Amino acid sequence: MERNKLFRDLRTSLIIAAWFSFLLFPLLVMKVSVTSGAALVRFRWERLPGIAVAAFALSFAWRRALEWNEARGDKPSGAGPIAALTARARSALAVKPIRLSVSAVLLAVVAVYPFALGMYHTNIMITALIYVILALGLNIVVGLGGLLNLGYAAFFAVGAYTYGLLWKYAGPAFVAAGVDPGWLFWIALPTAGVLAAVFGALLSLPVLRLRGDYLAIITLAFGEIVRMVLQNSGAVTGGATGISLIPRPWFFGLRLPPRQAATYIYYIAVALVALTVFVVRRIEDSRVGRALEAMREDEIACEAMGVDLVRNKLVTFSLGAFWAGIAGVLLAAQTTYINPDSFTLWESITVLMAVVIGGTGSIPGAIGGALLLKLLPEYFRPLAQYRMLIYGIAMILVIIFKPDGLFPRNRKKYTFEGAPSEGGASPAADGQEARR
Amino acid sequence: MDFFLKLFLSGTAKGSIYALIALGYTMVYGIVQLINFAHGEVYMIGGFTALIIGGLLFSSGMAVPLVLLLSILAAVVFSAAFGFTIEKLAYKPLREKPRLSALISAIGISMILQNVVLLAQTEKYLSFPSYLPELEFLRPVREYLNSTQFIILVTTAAIMVILTLTIKFTRMGKAMRATAQDKHMAQLVGVDINGVISLTFIIGSALAAVGGVLICSYMGQINYYIGFVAGIKAFVAAVLGGIGSIPGAVLGSFILGWTESLGTGYLSSDYEDAYAFVILILILILKPDGILGKNQKQKV
Amino acid sequence: MSATDPILEIDRLSMIFGGLRAIDDVSLHIREGEICALIGPNGAGKTTIFNCITGVYRPTEGRVTIRRGSGQREAIQGLKPNVINRKGLARTFQNIRLFGNMTVLENVMIGRHNALAAGVLRAIARDAATRDEEERLIDDCRRILVKMRLDPFINETARNLPYGAQRRLEIARALATDPFLLLLDEPVAGMNPHETKELEETINLIRDEEKVTILLIEHDMSLVMNVSERIYVLDYGRLIAEGTPDEIKGNPEVIKAYLGE
Repeated sequence: MERNKLFRDLRTSLIIAAWFSFLLFPLLVMKVSVTSGAALVRFRWERLPGIAVAAFALSFAWRRALEWNEARGDKPSGAGPIAALTARARSALAVKPIRLSVSAVLLAVVAVYPFALGMYHTNIMITALIYVILALGLNIVVGLGGLLNLGYAAFFAVGAYTYGLLWKYAGPAFVAAGVDPGWLFWIALPTAGVLAAVFGALLSLPVLRLRGDYLAIITLAFGEIVRMVLQNSGAVTGGATGISLIPRPWFFGLRLPPRQAATYIYYIAVALVALTVFVVRRIEDSRVGRALEAMREDEIACEAMGVDLVRNKLVTFSLGAFWAGIAGVLLAAQTTYINPDSFTLWESITVLMAVVIGGTGSIPGAIGGALLLKLLPEYFRPLAQYRMLIYGIAMILVIIFKPDGLFPRNRKKYTFEGAPSEGGASPAADGQEARR
Repeated sequence: MDFFLKLFLSGTAKGSIYALIALGYTMVYGIVQLINFAHGEVYMIGGFTALIIGGLLFSSGMAVPLVLLLSILAAVVFSAAFGFTIEKLAYKPLREKPRLSALISAIGISMILQNVVLLAQTEKYLSFPSYLPELEFLRPVREYLNSTQFIILVTTAAIMVILTLTIKFTRMGKAMRATAQDKHMAQLVGVDINGVISLTFIIGSALAAVGGVLICSYMGQINYYIGFVAGIKAFVAAVLGGIGSIPGAVLGSFILGWTESLGTGYLSSDYEDAYAFVILILILILKPDGILGKNQKQKV
Repeated sequence: MSATDPILEIDRLSMIFGGLRAIDDVSLHIREGEICALIGPNGAGKTTIFNCITGVYRPTEGRVTIRRGSGQREAIQGLKPNVINRKGLARTFQNIRLFGNMTVLENVMIGRHNALAAGVLRAIARDAATRDEEERLIDDCRRILVKMRLDPFINETARNLPYGAQRRLEIARALATDPFLLLLDEPVAGMNPHETKELEETINLIRDEEKVTILLIEHDMSLVMNVSERIYVLDYGRLIAEGTPDEIKGNPEVIKAYLGE
């Protein structure tokens, strides 16, 4: 029986290997170049065996994985070494001294990071932290609200351009009045957040009643329009060249040299990440958070219970946009230069991937996903050009085999802590199978 | 008036190409309710395959009409094969999962295909040699309608007629319509829904490939990224006409083509790509079911 | 305005789906404190009427009005479901629509969404008033669950509940919204006779102790005849009879509709 199945699987894999060798032949084996209007084709035969062998092995693994996935069914990732490890980690963290010492170590690492590793690594970490804020913000929209937003980069752009334009137009006045332009950063930070939130609310208000997939596409359209407007209104935004020489934040009236400025921005970024986590957790664990949870489960029932869906969606949209605005200011401050190319659709999709791969709805997931996606290509340079390819594959694998992501959400469930009941009837005592 | 006519005709040609791509979107959506984000990439692969195979045949000294025919055939075959494979690999395992899962998977596929072409071929724009013939009888009106545009129009019209007839009158067409209405019911009465879904992807991808070859011949260039913009626009056209509706996709495509042509001609060419997005936003806000779409009521 | 002035009145309601008249010129009314039943063969349009009352559908023609306490009549047709719920109409669903991955307690907490006020800012600040509110909420929900005899399940995940308990939880969740009128869509479908008997008591209890008026759709005739004071009979979207259980039992039109010619 087992033997027959193995044989069948091998035969199928062989057929699939042949199929992929055929499918990928023109694109991977042949290579085209065009000189003076005529297409020339070169063959790279040496690749063919590799393709065939890889397709054979992968298809074998893929089929096994699908079977395993199906057999596992709807059961949440209960078993498995990773789940066991997380469970053990969670129970360990529940013990107070362990939790405290782990937090202390983490805090110490975060605090000494810029001094221990220098400016280069600090700057990489700042970029990663900006993505962490973005991912946490998008996680509010996608994870809590269940709304797919493919135009998230637009709010990121609103933030960055708020600071950029503030500098461009109000900066000279500041200098003339003898006030440090470094203060602009602190004005821009809340302004950008609020502006992005308002922007998010205005844009989303007319479209929130749309179905999920339509909403995703319409946000994509919004995102692209915002980018095109930035690109084409050169007189105001500097067009494709953008805005440069944006000041870094000053330290209490003190203009810092680049190295110290990087350290300073790093700490600001860390503080903002902490603030974001705090806010998201508070919201998750509240009346609003519960309503969002219910909305994702069943919109019709939720609305019938008196929950205003449009209002809830609006709130999540604006909140998500708020953090994107904040992250935008940080980006402008760190790079001192912004242009529309930083806010393309692929930027939105990268953040989405961080959320999905990390674990939709999960705060550690958003943090882990963003760090993974931003740090790996920095430290595995040879892989950098395959980055998007690998991300794409990773995203599909996660969505098929581990839909709750690498760091799944562990939602706090409301329970009643008092004596269970006077009668003492246990849930199973009804003697009836749970059906649904 | 002259200027208008010119814009109108070029809009018509554009619209008919969008139609070829939009049909794939609308058919797939009609049957599995999935926005096949990777459809644009399939179209781009069609263009690349035609470029590669055409180049190979042309340099071997084959006659031009034969090169044209075989390169289109190759594009159709490979795109269809890609469409088929993508569905089996990335969408089928997610069929019973929430809709957004398949959409995310589609975005992943889209990224993978773009990057495969980018890494295995080139990131540069390549000029695309056109093998389409120069039609003598169009010479007097060439300023308004050139040969390529004319061929695009005729091809699209022919394909449209064949497709409509197929879906209306053949057994497979009936099975497709049944599956679109109610998957489980269709399965109960003996429709092979896996086969129907595969066939839908194959037909949609084949049409996209024809569109790919035609538009690349028309624009004279190709790169790995062309699928994205064209794909989004075709999707807009499908939504505009009413997603799931075949005549709707065609109508939507023409409206989009005309809007773009007239918009770039009379308003501003800076925002050529933005017109599609503005139309999309307006239509989804004002009439989400599209011009010819059916009003879908959710069952409670 | 007398006490017999109806609290819900449906006036010449029609609902057309693409040429099909799912509801055709139906008028009915419910008086305060009544238990009314809406019966009819499958596809007669009963759930569609519920959907028109609760805002899931916007009726093609006709008016739906309510009167709360001694207040004025107000039209509610075409309002959004959540607005109608806030006005005091709550419902359950024929095909159970619980929040399956949430606990029993949480399901009821969602029902009390509008009894609370904390918005995003208060959620972030989590001030004393908000914390109090949350504590009171859990107590309130527990009280409702005890009344519906669901307290043994309080911390269970809703989807793991036995079928009968899931139906009861839907009622508990609806009650948590503080309605004056409760619409039950086939509350005993799929229940065994014992469970049905229990639910019958529960329905009476809700009316007598909670002072909630009830309109129910049901196929189980023993339940309908036992609990309801008045019955409306629907066939092919039209109202064919109205009366007390005894009147309905003997009505030739009704017998014809159920048994065919």
